[in-house]
Amino acid sequence: MTAPYIADFTTLSNNGVRAEPEWLRDTRRTGIERFAALGFPTPRNEDWHFTSVAPIAEASFSQLRGASGQVAKGALAPFQFGESDWPLMVFVNGKFDASLSTPELVAKGIRALDLSTALRDEPTLVEPWLGKLSTSEDRSFSALNAAFMSDGVVVHIAPYIESAVPLHVIFVSDANAAKGVAHVRNLIVAGHHSKATVIESYVSLGDSGYFTNAVTEVQVEQGATLTHYKIQRESQRAFHVHTIDAQQARDSHYVSFSFATGAALSRTNIYTNLNGEGSGATLNGLYMADDEQHVDHQTNIVHSQPNCFSREIYKGILSGAAHGVFNGKVYVYPIAQKTDGKQTNNNLLLSDRARIDTKPQLEIYADDVRCTHGATVGRLDEMALFYMKSRGVSTDAATKLLTYAFAADVLETIEVPAVRTELERATLERFTGSSVAL
Amino acid sequence: MLEIKDLHAKVGDRDILRGISLDVAPGEVHAIMGPNGSGKSTLAQVLAGNPAYEVTGGSVTYQGIDLLALQPEERAQQGVFLAFQYPIEIPGVSNAYFLRSAFNSIRAARGQEEVDPLEFLDYMEKKLELVDMDVEMLSRSVNMGFSGGEKKRNEILQMAVLEPKIALLDETDSGLDIDALRIVANGVNALKRPDNATIVVTHYQRLLNYIVPDYVHVLAHGKIVKSGDKSLALELEAKGYDWLVEPQGALA
Ligand SMILES: Nc1ncnc2c1ncn2[C@@H]1O[C@H](COP(=O)(O)OP(=O)(O)O)[C@@H](O)[C@H]1O
Ligand SMILES: [Mg+2]
Repeated sequence: MTAPYIADFTTLSNNGVRAEPEWLRDTRRTGIERFAALGFPTPRNEDWHFTSVAPIAEASFSQLRGASGQVAKGALAPFQFGESDWPLMVFVNGKFDASLSTPELVAKGIRALDLSTALRDEPTLVEPWLGKLSTSEDRSFSALNAAFMSDGVVVHIAPYIESAVPLHVIFVSDANAAKGVAHVRNLIVAGHHSKATVIESYVSLGDSGYFTNAVTEVQVEQGATLTHYKIQRESQRAFHVHTIDAQQARDSHYVSFSFATGAALSRTNIYTNLNGEGSGATLNGLYMADDEQHVDHQTNIVHSQPNCFSREIYKGILSGAAHGVFNGKVYVYPIAQKTDGKQTNNNLLLSDRARIDTKPQLEIYADDVRCTHGATVGRLDEMALFYMKSRGVSTDAATKLLTYAFAADVLETIEVPAVRTELERATLERFTGSSVAL
Repeated sequence: MLEIKDLHAKVGDRDILRGISLDVAPGEVHAIMGPNGSGKSTLAQVLAGNPAYEVTGGSVTYQGIDLLALQPEERAQQGVFLAFQYPIEIPGVSNAYFLRSAFNSIRAARGQEEVDPLEFLDYMEKKLELVDMDVEMLSRSVNMGFSGGEKKRNEILQMAVLEPKIALLDETDSGLDIDALRIVANGVNALKRPDNATIVVTHYQRLLNYIVPDYVHVLAHGKIVKSGDKSLALELEAKGYDWLVEPQGALA
């Protein structure tokens, strides 16, 4: 199942389509070698125990090469919930589309450009970081991405720059993406004492079956706060694997939210390394799946230094025959004394056929730490349902309202109002068919 | 408007209601009193349609229809309202949204148009006044962090909004200080009309100074053991229940 990819890689190298710098060619070569050695992960791999990627492996997607779709500006409107002054970077079927993007709106001190342009014109924005903040060792999909990475966003926030205006990066797939794969590679470098927000949206026009294999590398320098939202609303027939690798310096704060409702099968990895004293990570998320959807999150918070904190709340709502997976790893090195970690994963099952595998995984090698975790799996509160019905609210409406209410508190943690409002709206609409605020 | 005939109900395999009969006509106020555990809340919950209780016998006719055949929401839409002894907390749903959903569901069932949030807020103003509640209570999650008294007032607020034909108040007075009691009683009295009826379940006679009953019934071991007029409440206040309640073993 790796063979088509290896053949593809050979063709690509022989054609020498890109006059790429030597370091990048090395990265690619290492990537394909690792991928060839690892193959696609199987359920025997502990990290993939509950998620079979056989449908991805067997489909052998071919790389989308500039198969840019004809996406009209208006078509993006449903996904463009931000204010009109938000800079937008749009990638269509994995390729940057300048006509849909507005990098000129980016605040002074912030750079946003597409990877191809950055590699060609400003390699110094890329070379020191790309492939270095993220590893592809033991990770098939990251290795595959390293081999084929084509386009993505490169964001640099200069030291001390604070911007309240988020950068919205939209990866949109349309009918032309069918049977193809986009190996998206993003890089975000938040300079010391900067403060900014980046949103990655993965969306689809239509319902074609395609594969997004993305990697986002993140560096949060000393004293910086990076808010990083990921919104996954791929087509219901799509496959989506995304790994976010963050490296955090002293006193930095990485704030992440992962919202996942799309794709037939999705896996989001959010890994952060608290590699400077006093740094902290807040990783929250909400996943909702229906029918035969499979939605998997794996987070890994590595406490490498003392006095760091991590806060994590993930909620899941599963209906139909959907399958959810949550694996929350926390690793505390012996040196990381005074670690303060808290992890929660709450799941709501709306049908007998829905299933969740939730697995907290704490490995703690320091003795003076406070780490707690808790996972719950529940159904709707019968008494609350009856209470609402006794007020005349229909069974259906009461069920939906209580379902929304289950998700409400984690959505409230989203600090950017336009993002919070949009995700509340999307959740409310999903369960109530109405979008009037509660 | 409500005829309960020989009603039996159980929870799990325990019989709780063991043959209750009661007739309520429009305009009447009935008080149901009785010791703890006698089945008062069970009766109220059964009438509202709580699926946790299983009706094992008897019938309930409400305005000529078989009440027990209706879903809880249909009962509410037909004008049945229960003020819960222990109101339920619903995190994440604002009181305003909850009330408006209920209000609109009932309007829709009656073929009336739904009201939008602004119109509804207007409508709420007078209702809030009635139970002396601050508008701020509307933006909080249903009953979350409410004091005991606030929860009870919130029940009466819901009643005021939904304007039921028959209201069952399950110990709405317990845990209230005298001021709160007066507010709740005034609320109930203000909502009284000649064509609606009220059943007040209470432990204490004092509520009946404010909501004056036409009939008083004593429930014990799942049966009505005595009925009378409001003077019965005073008698109970003086003598307690023991003279009416046989030891349970002797009932069989
Ligand atoms: N859901 C329930 N599960 C088990 N037992 C119950 C339940 N509800 C009521 N009971 C029992 O039924 C009896 C009557 O309760 P209840 O109707 O609450 O009495 P009252 O309201 O008169 O105090 C009590 O013995 C109580 O323990
Ligand atoms: Mg009771």
